[in-house]
Amino acid sequence: MESLSNKRKLIESKPLNFWERTYLPSIMQGLAITMRHFFRKPVTISYPEEQREFSENFRGMHSLKRDEDGRERCTACGLCALSCPAEAITMIAAERQKGEENLYREEKYAAVYEINMLRCIFCGLCEEACPKEAIYLDGPIVQSEFLRKDFIYGKDKLVEAPLNE
Amino acid sequence: MATSDIVIKFVLIVIIFAISLVIAMYSTYAERKIAAFFQDRIGPNRAGPFGILQPLADGAKMFLKEEIIPTNASAFLFIAGPCLAIMTACIGSAVIPWGQKLTIGTHVIDLQVTDINVGILYIFGVVSLGVYGVMIGGWASNNKYSLLGAIRAASQNISYEISMGLSIIALLLVTGTLSLREIAEQQRGFWSHGWFTWNVFKQPLGFLLFIVCAFAETNRTPFDLPECETELVGGYHTEYSSMKMGFYLFAEYINMFVSGAVMATLYFGGYNFPFMHHLGLSENWVTILGVIALFTKIFLFIFFFMWVRWTVPRFRYDQLMDLGWKALIPLAIANIVITGIVITFFK
Repeated sequence: MESLSNKRKLIESKPLNFWERTYLPSIMQGLAITMRHFFRKPVTISYPEEQREFSENFRGMHSLKRDEDGRERCTACGLCALSCPAEAITMIAAERQKGEENLYREEKYAAVYEINMLRCIFCGLCEEACPKEAIYLDGPIVQSEFLRKDFIYGKDKLVEAPLNE
Repeated sequence: MATSDIVIKFVLIVIIFAISLVIAMYSTYAERKIAAFFQDRIGPNRAGPFGILQPLADGAKMFLKEEIIPTNASAFLFIAGPCLAIMTACIGSAVIPWGQKLTIGTHVIDLQVTDINVGILYIFGVVSLGVYGVMIGGWASNNKYSLLGAIRAASQNISYEISMGLSIIALLLVTGTLSLREIAEQQRGFWSHGWFTWNVFKQPLGFLLFIVCAFAETNRTPFDLPECETELVGGYHTEYSSMKMGFYLFAEYINMFVSGAVMATLYFGGYNFPFMHHLGLSENWVTILGVIALFTKIFLFIFFFMWVRWTVPRFRYDQLMDLGWKALIPLAIANIVITGIVITFFK
């Protein structure tokens, strides 16, 4: 019967000749191959000193954005926390007082905004959910720490530097 | 023997001991670096420039680790195993001629700890003792994996010692002496009487057999069955921790160093190098260059050990025995017969 695909290959298995049975030629070949690798440039990237080039849509550490006047965009609506599948985001909202108009754009702002970097899966759903374009995952890789509590990033680490700095 | 001679010998012993320990230490570093280069990596580079302090860090770690002696292990033998392993590894270097004679003032310093007239037999004795450390350690651990590793080590070393001895006999037919100093002296220079003086050109098959057996005796890949991680966890040193484990690893690297030295002396002219008597240098300079030449050869052998490790996969146990008993021993015997015939009819 003809096979369905006609892709069957007949493999010839010849008995090894004398030199092949000593394995010495193949060991020499192997040594030559490893020696070629010995002089090849290492593919390692020594991470903290040098960094791999990331693609444009790489998602790293979050940053809370400011608007063109240097005011915080976040209005503490909680949509990011709601959209977060890992439940990594918590916030406490507060009302803007008189005289704070240069600090916060909206009348309500996040007094506390914390992201647990151990929970975060860097899916980017928070930046999609944000109606104020306040959060973006455009930072570097999150650094390692020794203690779990150090992975909870507050506003001190997340909010963008003010404009004049 | 004058007091000054004893002092000189003592200093020589201490220097050789220190050198072999330092080389063993830096062999671990070299192994990791070389492994990295063969695999397109960088290797250890955090401790000091290029990771040069890595062996010190590893040593400190080994000393500070917790010392564990299993409840069911035989404590005395458990401790005796690694001691024996490192001791037999260290005393092998006593008969190796590291160089010619060095003349300082009126003193003539022989760069060899002792020139016993049965040097090769001494090396053989020490090499066969080496397996006791592994066997005792594996047996005393009271662990199945350790025991299997120890059994493998014992049977492997015994089978490969035979073909190693037979390949040496062919060499002895050529040299006519058992003293390593005389063997080294016979290989003076590089070329005389229309042929190379180095024994490797007179005994190529013998050298091949010897180096294969040297791999087996030092438990290096492809013959590292006694400690093969994939089947036996850690083999004979499964139960070992701390510096006792470090001693086993150390012993392996010292063994590599010594077997490199033995191969260089027996087959690659020892401290001799080409044109050594045509350079017009004083005797002392020739001696010093000779020592450098010998160490270069040893380092090349150590590099070769590592190169093979990262190229050839491990043997299966039956293949190992097949190779030892069905290939190497008949070849070694044939080599003896051929050497004997050639010497009888052509000399």
